[in-house]
Amino acid sequence: MKKLSDYLDGELEPAVALDLDRHLSGCKECTLIVNQTKLTVEIFCNAEMVELPEPVRARLHEALRRKLGLGSQA
Amino acid sequence: MLGDTQGRLPARTFIPLTAPNPHKLPSRIAKDDEHLLVAAAKKGDISAFEELVNRYEKKIFRVTMNITRNQEDAEDAMQDAFMKAYSHLKDFSGDSRFYTWLVRIAANEALMRLRKRRPNVMSLDEPVEGEEDLMPRELQDWGPSPLQRFAQTEMKEILTTAIDALEPDFRTVFVLRDVEELSTEETSKALGISVPAVKSRLLRARLKLREKLDRYFRQGGQN
Repeated sequence: MKKLSDYLDGELEPAVALDLDRHLSGCKECTLIVNQTKLTVEIFCNAEMVELPEPVRARLHEALRRKLGLGSQA
Repeated sequence: MLGDTQGRLPARTFIPLTAPNPHKLPSRIAKDDEHLLVAAAKKGDISAFEELVNRYEKKIFRVTMNITRNQEDAEDAMQDAFMKAYSHLKDFSGDSRFYTWLVRIAANEALMRLRKRRPNVMSLDEPVEGEEDLMPRELQDWGPSPLQRFAQTEMKEILTTAIDALEPDFRTVFVLRDVEELSTEETSKALGISVPAVKSRLLRARLKLREKLDRYFRQGGQN
């Protein structure tokens, strides 16, 4: 399990990755863990969970204009 | 069953570690002319800095919001991050991407506010507990298309609940490493913790999030 993240990131040494590939080809449980963990990361990476509310954006630009002299048209 | 790369994360992760920078300029984050804007801003071109703000404000708010999980703190952290970036622009050496540098500043601002609100919450570099509890139990297939079983708003709610429930030290590493695409070393520097600590937290974060999604995705149950 400790090697799972490195495996997903392609950061394992090739020989170790190959060993893990061989193991995965015959182990349904580990394959499920790898695939589900990979999907989990992808879901969170692709999700637009946080939006920048317009009032928050406006206050940012107002603060930058006031303190740094940036334009307020942005 | 699995090929060499079938189970691994895409694109950026396949660049060999021997490459100069495995995470250099991921297309999702940085644009090619970033260095030109930074150079102009360093020379005092205010509109260039403004363009950088416009370009990254949504992403920086995502960073501060994902770390603090509190809109007021996230807003303050974002504002201060841009202010500090501007006033310390001369210190930016260009060794890393500007965006990475900005994320580090924003993460620190967010963490400062998180610690203020929850003083005992961050213990990022403490030794990690044993690894024996990491193996998921009662594994079940999610089926071919688990995402399609949920409406967009429902999915967003599920993901928000899952990330909210994640301990802040795990969440912070996950956000910087996976969502913002900082490398392990960049994340380590940004948080002032060791590389093994980053790796350990990242593994735990990924597995915990998998477990949380499992409650919804496993076939036959939506809760």
